[in-house]
This record gives sequence, structure tokens and C-alpha cells, in this order.
Amino acid sequence: MGKRVGMEVSVAAAEAVKQANVDVISAYPITPQTHIVEHLSELVANGELDAEFFCVESEHSALSVCVGAEATGARSFTCTSSQGLALMSEITYIASALRLPIVMIIANRTLSAPLSIWNDHSDAMSIRDCGWIQFFVENGQEVYDHVFISYRLGEDREVLLPVIINMDGFILSHVIEPFEMIEQEKIDQFLPPYQPLYRLHPDRPVTMGAFALPSIFAETKKAQEVAIRSSIPKILDVWKAFGEMTGRYYHPIETYRIEDAETLLVTMGSFSETASVAVDEMREKGRSVGLVKIRLWRPFPFEAFKKATLQAKQLVVIDRAVSVGGPGGPVASEVKAALYGYDSRPSVYNFVAGISGRDVSPSDFIKMVDKAEIEIEEGNKEGYELYGVRE
Amino acid sequence: MTKPESEWTWKELPVGNVVLEPGNASQYRTGDWKTLKPVLKKELCIHCGLCYIFCPDMAYSLDKEGYFIADLFYCKGCGICSKECPTGAISMVLDGEEK
Repeated sequence: MGKRVGMEVSVAAAEAVKQANVDVISAYPITPQTHIVEHLSELVANGELDAEFFCVESEHSALSVCVGAEATGARSFTCTSSQGLALMSEITYIASALRLPIVMIIANRTLSAPLSIWNDHSDAMSIRDCGWIQFFVENGQEVYDHVFISYRLGEDREVLLPVIINMDGFILSHVIEPFEMIEQEKIDQFLPPYQPLYRLHPDRPVTMGAFALPSIFAETKKAQEVAIRSSIPKILDVWKAFGEMTGRYYHPIETYRIEDAETLLVTMGSFSETASVAVDEMREKGRSVGLVKIRLWRPFPFEAFKKATLQAKQLVVIDRAVSVGGPGGPVASEVKAALYGYDSRPSVYNFVAGISGRDVSPSDFIKMVDKAEIEIEEGNKEGYELYGVRE
Repeated sequence: MTKPESEWTWKELPVGNVVLEPGNASQYRTGDWKTLKPVLKKELCIHCGLCYIFCPDMAYSLDKEGYFIADLFYCKGCGICSKECPTGAISMVLDGEEK
């Protein structure tokens, strides 16, 4: 078993990037940024990590450098948040279409305006369709673990896709948590050196990022769509191999006390730990409530989600981003789409909560379940509201 | 590339749409952009080669008889050759209306 230490989550994430032996780190160094790149710059400057550290003038450039580096066959890493991700968004679509297995950590934070630095998922949702494999993690250990998982997965010849690890900004990124660090020998065994399928090299010239006419563009998108959809079995394989190494097993949809539950809370990210406390409290009072946690956001694990939820009477989906003028929060839209067409399916009641870092405590989850159960009982089966807003 | 890209299926595309063979821009039919095409009156041609020099797409090449002829697979019909020809030997005409 690895050494157990207390560490800030961002610092532990940086240690994982070091242990993953990356070749290139490129990042915009100031707000919105985390201690991840701050610590990585120290590791490189101290000679503890043999990598190129590119301190660029914008997030657009940060990801562009990673695209170029990855195209030459270098294992590369970047991270950002909120406005930085928005500025980077153009390149996120390019990295996935070029099938370059970059890994990025997003410390999820609010998109302006009003100007805010706190946590929610509006940044991640702004690039929902960018074609990267996207995880939402629940705690610091999961961030650390998923750095290795993401490189091994993305670099697999059958996958070749970039991977985003979403972690809640501040709630995770700036707190100190206990970590079980994995021994370097084990990491080296789990994560072999990157062997690119194609790379930019003068001895064997290729063109990456060429122009495509309408006569072939749709074929390129179909190939990309099939690649990400069919990555699910590989994701399961990598999680299984990781579990065998560490004893920590991950699943696309995690469940907690869902046995015979009439009401299921559905959460994503660090909400999940708080919600599990609320579920315990409600179960103790004899209430029939369980929790379903979405870990894999893209490709969306439709089958696993249906398996976990179709038998319930109602779902209370908690979103952490607003889809302004849309059908509800983005997670709830996804959930409704996943269940559409089933004759017996649960009602989906949707709350948007905790935006811009507003605290959501176990008692808030209980209040949301109470409210949803009453509303559904009264016939409002598909309600949507922003939780806790002062009228 | 062994066949035009309009015949490729999604399964045949290299991962990431990487172009593995050099020089395949030559298969790009820019000729279908044009509305007017250059037609040469050979009796006026003085073989100066200005059409060949000015053509922005390098569509012109010398034939066996010593005339510069535009390859209509690539010619976009811009008309620069016609404008620059010192004897007015090249006229731009609608496709299908040439005599």
C-alpha cells in the first residue's frame, strides 16, 4: 500500500502529473489558475521533473502548445478554470478531432458575469460537446488517481482521445485531504511511455489538421463520434486495471444505498459526498432515498445510468450550472434524454444549486428531496427551479 | 491517395484525419469553381508565356505544339491570363458557349 499523506488537492494533482512523467506542461500562470501549475513549475525548476514548462500569454496558447507538443509525440498537460477555459474552447475541439491524448484538469469555476471566482460547472458545460472524454471527480484522491487513468486511457491505440478531469474549484482544489500516494514503480508499470500512432517527424512527414471539404467532413465527424462512443469498454478496462493495482475501483455511474429506493438523488462532482451524508440521514429516518453519482460525463454512460435509475419512482437531479432559456440544468436534460421513450420511467425533478460556490449542505439536499416529493405528489412531475433563491 | 475523397467512407479515414501521403492537393478539383473559362485563339498567340507566368494556380503548361494551355481541372477562371495577354488571344467565355 502506498504512503498516506495530507496534501492540498492541487499539489497532489501536480505530484500525479510528475509521476506520470509528462514531457510538456503549458499553462497560463495567473487567475484563473490553481496551485497545480504553480507546483509543477517548482518541480521543473528544481529539476525534480524533466519536462518543458511553457509559461504562455493565454489559455488559448496554453492548449495550442499542448496540441503541437502532443502532435510530435510528447506527453503533455495543462489545466485551467472558468474564463481561461472559455478562451481555450476553440482549441479543445481541435485537440479531440486531431485525436491527441492531452490530459487537462479543470478546477471548475463560474463563468462571468457577474465576475465571480467561485465554484460551479458553467465552465465545463460551455465545452460539453468538445469531444474529450470527461470525468467529474468527487474528492482529491480521485483527482490524483485519474491523472494516471486518463493518460493510460487517452493514449491507448483504440482510444486516442484527450481527457478532461473536472474537479470542483476551491471545494476540492484548495483543500487539504488525505492521499494514498502510489509508488513510482507501480505507476511506471501501469503507464508505459506514450507510443503515438502518428507524429510530426521530419523522417516521415504527415499533415495534421488539414482542410476538409463538405464532401468528407461528415465522414470525419462520424469517425470521431464512433471513437468516443466505443471508448466505454476501454474506460472500464482501465478502471479495472487501476482497481487491481490500488484497490480503488471506479465506475461510470456510482450508486449509494439505491436498493429499493423510491427517490434517487442524482449528482455530479463533489456534491456527491455531501449528498451521501444526506442520504444516510434520510435512510436513518426510514425514508426510501438513494444516491446516483455520474462520474463519466462524456461519453455519457446511458446503459449504466438506465440500469441504476429506471426502477425508481422519481429522480431529484441537482445541477451546478444554468442552461439559460433551456430545458433545465444540463445534467437534468441529459437524464431526461436518457430515459425518454421508456413507458415506466421515473419523474425527473431538477434543482440548480450551489452556483458560484454557494454552500450546499446535507440539510439542503434533504430540503430538495422534500420539495421534489411534494411537487411530484401534487402532479408537477418534471419541475425545474433554482434552489435557495430569495424571492 | 488512391481515390477521390468524395468516395471515402468514415471507416477508411486515418485516425485524426492525418494525411499520410504528400502531394494530394493535386487531386483537388478547383476547376469547378469557375463560371468563365479561357479560350485561346492560336492564330493570335505569340508564344510569349505571360499567361503561364501570371496564372496564380499554375494551371498553364506548354503543349507539344508550343502553345500554353490551361488545365481546366485546376483553372478557377479568374481571367488574369486573358487580361495580361498582349495580343488579346485569350477570351473568357461561359462554359459550353465557346465556338
